[in-house]
Amino acid sequence: MSDDAIFEKLSQCAVDVLQVPPDKVVKEARFSDDLDADSLDLVELVMALEEAFGISVDESELDGIETVGEAYDLVKSKL
Amino acid sequence: MHLGITESGPVKGRRVAITGLGVVSCCGIGAGAFWEGLLGDQQQGERLVRDFNPLDWLGPKEARRLDKFAHYAIAASQMAFDDAASSSGSLDVAPEKAGVVISTGFGGLETFLEQVRIFNEKGAKRVSPFMIPMLMANAATASVSMRLGWTGPSENVVTACAAGTHGIAAAARMVASGRLDVAIGGGSEASIAPLTVAAFGNMTALSDDGMSRPFDKRRSGFVLGEGAGALVLEDLDHAHSRGAHVYAEITGAASTADAYHVTQPAPDARGAISCMELAIADAGLTASDIGQINAHGTSTPLNDLAESLAIHQVFGSPGPPVTSTKGITGHALGAAGAIEAVAIVLSIEKSLIPPTAGYEIEDSGIALDVVYGTARPWNPGHAISNSFGFGGHNGCLVISATS
Repeated sequence: MSDDAIFEKLSQCAVDVLQVPPDKVVKEARFSDDLDADSLDLVELVMALEEAFGISVDESELDGIETVGEAYDLVKSKL
Repeated sequence: MHLGITESGPVKGRRVAITGLGVVSCCGIGAGAFWEGLLGDQQQGERLVRDFNPLDWLGPKEARRLDKFAHYAIAASQMAFDDAASSSGSLDVAPEKAGVVISTGFGGLETFLEQVRIFNEKGAKRVSPFMIPMLMANAATASVSMRLGWTGPSENVVTACAAGTHGIAAAARMVASGRLDVAIGGGSEASIAPLTVAAFGNMTALSDDGMSRPFDKRRSGFVLGEGAGALVLEDLDHAHSRGAHVYAEITGAASTADAYHVTQPAPDARGAISCMELAIADAGLTASDIGQINAHGTSTPLNDLAESLAIHQVFGSPGPPVTSTKGITGHALGAAGAIEAVAIVLSIEKSLIPPTAGYEIEDSGIALDVVYGTARPWNPGHAISNSFGFGGHNGCLVISATS
């Protein structure tokens, strides 16, 4: 899967779960400040990413993930 | 409404004005459409709310994080709020003096069923972290208080099909006592699903042919309905001081239990009788003052018979005109009493009692003056609304034209 395709898929998950406009989902966007996501939103987003990419993400791996770009790097590392 | 009884008699509370109406029902969304629907033709089958778009009332994320029963509650509450605020632009109330009691029978059943499916198909790790806050029965009342920023009590009363009536009564009592200056009282329900149809059907509670025929000789059971009703209730002086339109007043309410059987009404209708008598006394009235009864009138053989005996006992024969709006709305369970309270308020506004749709053939065992065919003019005065729930819960409200 190309980098663009990975990002596209991740972005779609964020749009669906967080109900934000697609143009707000950029790598620099912070989940809490820019995308208005609380901790339960992120739990649901991780579920959606696991489902979409067929990966498994441990709770401990989410420490320090604050931006869309960091989530992208995490997903990419598991493919 | 009374706040208590001392040695010197009942302690009267503040007068409780109804200043805003909101309704989501199968026969119309909003008070105007709902009233037209009550005077219109009956549908057959389950009475689903049509043409409701949650995004007309909620943001996209808010809609995704709430079950349908909360969508209905928010829509009805926002309508009622906007209606009450329309004359002066705001309700002019401190957040801590405003509260919400939106009841329900089930809660977020649709969410629950969906998450059970996900659990079974995909496993525990895919169950939504939002399942609990979406399905809990208090989710609707919580969502309304959060939306309005009201920090007074936000509660619900879960008494099955009496819940909407009990919700309005509880909210009204808090206004009468002075705890709140403004409250929203109501009920919401969205629990029509193949599973509930099967369960109510196996109880033999449902109509054989999808027709709701309250008090009619051919009645065979109720038809499921859904929706929400909400009233803005306000200290009458507060309402007057901000120039609000006062539709009517909540003048009395009561709650009793049959303590007899979980689904069948007591054959002597004792709980229903005492509930009506207490509500009328709470309003400082006598039975002869009541000019309209909006019956529970579900269209089940047992309910309608027991309720008619209770009405006969309290009011004599033939008693005041009786209508059951469930001929049109079906039985919206925990929302029913709230939707019917809106119907009474509109009946006061329009000086018309809506007919009991589906009623054509008299049952010789039921000696009531049933309003049917077309709406009947009345001189708006005092009306009583009955609601009776599985568990033997009885709730009555007295709603009066304001004087």
